[in-house]
Amino acid sequence: MSDPMLRLEGVYTDIAQYHILQGVDLDVPRGGVTMLLGRNGVGKTTTLRTIMGHWRARAGKVMLDGQDITALPVPAIARTGVGFVPENMGIFSDLTVEENMVLAAVSGPIDQARLDWIFEAFPPLKTFWKNHAGNLSGGQKQMLSIARAMVEERRLYLIDEPTKGLAPAIISTMARALRDLKAQGASILLVEQNFSVAKALGDTCAVMDDGRVIWSGAMAELAGDAALQERLMGLSMEAHQ
Amino acid sequence: MSAAPKHVPTMAQAGLLDRLAPWMPVLLVPIIMLVGLAAIPSTSSWLTLTVSGLAMGMMIFIMASGMTLVFGLMDVINFGHGVFISVGAFVGVSVLLALGQMTAAPSLVLNLLAMLLAVIAATIATGALGWAFERVIVKPVYGAHLKQILVTMGGLIVVEQLIVVLWGPEEIYITRPEALKGAVTFAGAALEKYRLVAVGMGLALFLAMRYVLRSTKIGLIVRAGVENGEMVEALGYRLRLVFVGVFVAGSALAGLGGVMWGLYQEVITAHMGQQMMIMIFIVVIIGGLGSVEGCFIGALMVGLLQNYIAFLEPKAALISNIGLMVAILMWRPQGMIPVVKAK
Repeated sequence: MSDPMLRLEGVYTDIAQYHILQGVDLDVPRGGVTMLLGRNGVGKTTTLRTIMGHWRARAGKVMLDGQDITALPVPAIARTGVGFVPENMGIFSDLTVEENMVLAAVSGPIDQARLDWIFEAFPPLKTFWKNHAGNLSGGQKQMLSIARAMVEERRLYLIDEPTKGLAPAIISTMARALRDLKAQGASILLVEQNFSVAKALGDTCAVMDDGRVIWSGAMAELAGDAALQERLMGLSMEAHQ
Repeated sequence: MSAAPKHVPTMAQAGLLDRLAPWMPVLLVPIIMLVGLAAIPSTSSWLTLTVSGLAMGMMIFIMASGMTLVFGLMDVINFGHGVFISVGAFVGVSVLLALGQMTAAPSLVLNLLAMLLAVIAATIATGALGWAFERVIVKPVYGAHLKQILVTMGGLIVVEQLIVVLWGPEEIYITRPEALKGAVTFAGAALEKYRLVAVGMGLALFLAMRYVLRSTKIGLIVRAGVENGEMVEALGYRLRLVFVGVFVAGSALAGLGGVMWGLYQEVITAHMGQQMMIMIFIVVIIGGLGSVEGCFIGALMVGLLQNYIAFLEPKAALISNIGLMVAILMWRPQGMIPVVKAK
């Protein structure tokens, strides 16, 4: 097996007086989708934010493609090729859709072929290209948030609950876009509560509890074993949607 | 999973009032001018006061614009901002005094050249001071408002005392360059030449600033940073560097405003910047913290109102701007053009 794209070794992260991550070990293989699963409050978002550098690890290592990025500042981590879609989407409401995208293209003008691909995946973005992002619906904002990460090729995508609170039709659009991204060979670490999406997209999977990864393996293995799901997450994933 | 239906997105057509709402603050400036026209008995007096008010507003805008961006971008309350006004005025006036022959010559070109040199010296000096101020005084207190207020006020006092050490405790009187003295007559109204220059300069600076903010990548970064700095960094931009740049540019603009204000008043003191801070705070607050457009409109409103009220009811001039701020905040508690902040 080749070296993973991302490796976390014994990562501990504190937020104020709370010990949120308590020794996370996680591998994200190259070219594929790794699902990060677990109940609310077990540290999934904190894991993503620690990788991104928004919260500093107190101990442990975050290795991207063999490079230690644990202590790098956020912009430096982003420039190593990490695209981040936060849980709250992080779109700039006061900027237009176009300006949001231009800003996300850090290395220069947007590649037209890539933009066409994004428009194909998310048609509303083309329709509202000149509109303020603040006027978009929740689903369209989420599309913009993901499109912004996709506007340039990244080594790793960190995506936090992209389907949260969205209508089924929009979820389907999201899933298709992420499948496209995966087909291009992208490495994705995806936090997702929607089991249908997780099952459809995930290649590998890690389950967290109490600030640690308590199980990791193939998504198909977890998806096909209701007893394992019950043991790891306290309920079957079909019921978890 | 079933295939997604084709999206046919639409946006509801906004009503007339909704479409006018964003323009309401802009309309306030002509509304104040029209009210002034109705209240002031003589049209020529109104015209003189209007130009004077606009000139004053433009200079306040130049001094305040940097402060609003600094607050919006990095959530820093800089009570020491006034010191850049004082330093700019002293450096600029010193250059003008040294170039006495150029300013005394009855040549517009020589006069403007002298002013240009004074402005360049003032902006370089205040830009450099701004850089040092940010590194030494502001940087250690990011995120702590109370400490920011205390240390920036302390910095202001220290630099004011340095001005006293370097230039002496006395106020310095200055006459304007020869070609900018006097007035031109238009429609029976005497319009001071210097005020017309100030209006032109202020407008040019506002348009330049708007161009940078709206049409360049650095402007995009600044606007996005005002809304959600964390996300700008997650895209790969070093926001701290951008902030230092904005702080330096804001300080330099305050320095430029200081030169212009000094020439407008024809006297400068070490405390002139501190005295301007109340006016600047009013403008920044009513404009909407972080909003350059709001700051511009607020400055014009303050300038016009101050001049009209001082003419109509001099005793009320002192409270007119406070009254304006109260009225605006009752209408829009976040200021006229509030900046969206990420939650």
